[in-house]
Amino acid sequence: MVSGRLLVEARGLTKTYPARNGTPPFCAVDGIDFEFGRGEAFGFLGPNGAGKSSTMRMLGAISPATAGTLRVLGMDPVHDGPEIRARIGVVPQDDCLDRELTVRENIYVYGRYFGLGKSVIGERLAGLLTFAQLEDKADAQVEMLSGGMRRRLTIARSLINEPEILLLDEPTTGLDPQARHVLWDRLYRLKADGVTLIITTHYMDEAEQLCDRLAVMDAGRIVAEGSPRALIEAHITREVLELRFAPDTQAEAAERLRAAGLGERIELLPDRVIVYADDGEAALADVHHKLSLAPITALVRRASLEDVFLKLTGRSLID
Amino acid sequence: MARALHAFRYWLKLYSRTWRGTIVISVANPLLFLLGIGVGLGHLVNHGHSAALGGVSYSAFFAPGLLAASAMQTAFVESGGRVTTAAGWSGSYRNAATTPLEPEEILAGHMLFVAFRLVTSSAAFIVVMELFGVVSGWWALAVWPAALLTGLAFAAPIAAWAVTLRSFRHVNAFFRFVLMPMYMFSGTFFALSELPHGIRLIASALPLAQGVALCRSLSLGTASFPAAAGHIAYLVVFVLAGIAAARITYRRRLHA
Repeated sequence: MVSGRLLVEARGLTKTYPARNGTPPFCAVDGIDFEFGRGEAFGFLGPNGAGKSSTMRMLGAISPATAGTLRVLGMDPVHDGPEIRARIGVVPQDDCLDRELTVRENIYVYGRYFGLGKSVIGERLAGLLTFAQLEDKADAQVEMLSGGMRRRLTIARSLINEPEILLLDEPTTGLDPQARHVLWDRLYRLKADGVTLIITTHYMDEAEQLCDRLAVMDAGRIVAEGSPRALIEAHITREVLELRFAPDTQAEAAERLRAAGLGERIELLPDRVIVYADDGEAALADVHHKLSLAPITALVRRASLEDVFLKLTGRSLID
Repeated sequence: MARALHAFRYWLKLYSRTWRGTIVISVANPLLFLLGIGVGLGHLVNHGHSAALGGVSYSAFFAPGLLAASAMQTAFVESGGRVTTAAGWSGSYRNAATTPLEPEEILAGHMLFVAFRLVTSSAAFIVVMELFGVVSGWWALAVWPAALLTGLAFAAPIAAWAVTLRSFRHVNAFFRFVLMPMYMFSGTFFALSELPHGIRLIASALPLAQGVALCRSLSLGTASFPAAAGHIAYLVVFVLAGIAAARITYRRRLHA
C-alpha cells in the first residue's frame, strides 16, 4: 500500500477530545482517509469547526490520533515526533511570533530549536528575508510589522529547516486582499521549488488558486476529494444563476422555479435563490419570459467550489 | 537533553533584553530589607530578647529567612505567570512544540532557566549578606544551593499547575492567598518557636518553612546532619513530585 512516492498517508484517522469541564467528548476528526505525494499542493477546504486544524495538528506530530493510522514521511507521528518535526515546516493560524524580538531574532531563535548552528542560520537568513520581502525590516521589532508582513515572516521562519512539507493553517485569514495576493505569490514560488504544501482554508478562491487537489471537509469527515476543476465538474453544472427576490416572495419564487423544472437544481438560501444550469443566460431568459418572474437582481456566473460545498453539505462555507 | 538546552537558550535570549533591571532588583531588594527591617527593627529586637533568636543579631537571623522567601518569589515570577503566558497568548511554547522539541524538553529548558535565575539572584543576595557581615564566612557557599533548592521546590509544582491555566486570574490569586500567608508564617521574620504549639506544627510543615530553616541553619553555621537532611529530603520531594506532574500537564497542554 505504502509506496515510496507517498509523503503522507492517513487511514481512518480520528481525533476525539476527551470530556472537559462539563463539556462532553468531542469528535473533531471522524475517520478520514487521504494521501499525497511529493510536490503536491493539497488543501483541506471546509468551514470553521470542520476538523481541519485538528488534522493539521496530527500531521504536524503535535497531537496523537485517537484511532486510525497516519504515516508522515514514512514515520509514525506518535513515536517519531521529533524526527518528523525536524523535516516539516509549520505556519500556525495565529502567528506565534516573539513580539519583543526583531525579525532577524525571531528566525534565529526558531532555527536554534532545530539545532542549527549560528553560521547555518546566518547563511539561510538572507535568502529567507528576501523571500519574505523583509530585507529592510530585518532589525525591526515584530510589533512594528503589518499583518501581511508578520504572516510572511512566519512562513520564512518555518522554512529555516528547509522542510520537505509545509503545513499552512488558514494562511491568509485576516489579511487584506493585497496582502493575500502577495502571500499567494510567495506560496507559488515555494511550490515551484518543489516544496509540498498542505493548506487549510475556508476561502474557496484560495483553494482554487493554490491547491492541485482538495479534500472538502464537513463535521470531521471528508465529503469529496479531487482537483478543484474535477470537483466542480462532478458535482455542479457549468454555470450558476443567482436570483434575489423581495424578501417575502423568495420561497414562493423558488417553488415556481422548481415546478417549472428550470435548470438541474434549485437551492433556496436566506438571501437568494440559486439555479444550477449549464446555460445560465438561457435559464434567466426563461425566468423572465416563461415564468414572468421579476427578480430584483440576477447574476450569471461560473460554478465555484462554494457551490460544490453548498450542494454537498447544504451550508455555506462562511457563516 | 541537548534539545532542552535549545529551550533554555531561548529564555536566556529573552532575558538578555531585561537582565539589567533584574540585577538592580536582586541587589536593591536585600539591601533595603536588611537596612530597614534588619537594622531598624533589629535595633528594637536585639535590645529585648535576642535569646529567642539563639543569641545572634536580628539581621543575621532575618537575612537567610528573607533569602529563602526571595527564592520562592523568584520561582513564582519565572514559573507562574511566565509559564501561563508561554503556553497561551505569547505562543512561546506552541512555537517550540512545532520543532523537534518534546513537551518534556520544553519543560526542562524552562526549569533550567528558573534555576539560572535562582542561582544569579541568590548570589547577589548572598553578596549583600556578606557585606552586612550577617553570614558566617564560608557557610555562604552552602547557603547558595540551599536557596536554589528552595526555589525549585516551588518552581516545579507551580509550573505544573500554571501550564494548565488559560488566564492570569488564578496565578494572581495563588500569590495573594497561598504564597503571601506562607511568607508570613514560615519563620522569615520570627522564630517558629514563638508560635503556639499547634500552629507551630502546621507552620513548620510549610515548604517555605523548610527552606527558611535550611538556609538559616547553614547561614548561621548551626546546621546539624539529621535536621538539614530532613529539610533537604522534604524539598527534593517537592521538586521531584512537581517535575513528575509537570511532565504530564505539559504534554497534555502542548500535545492535545
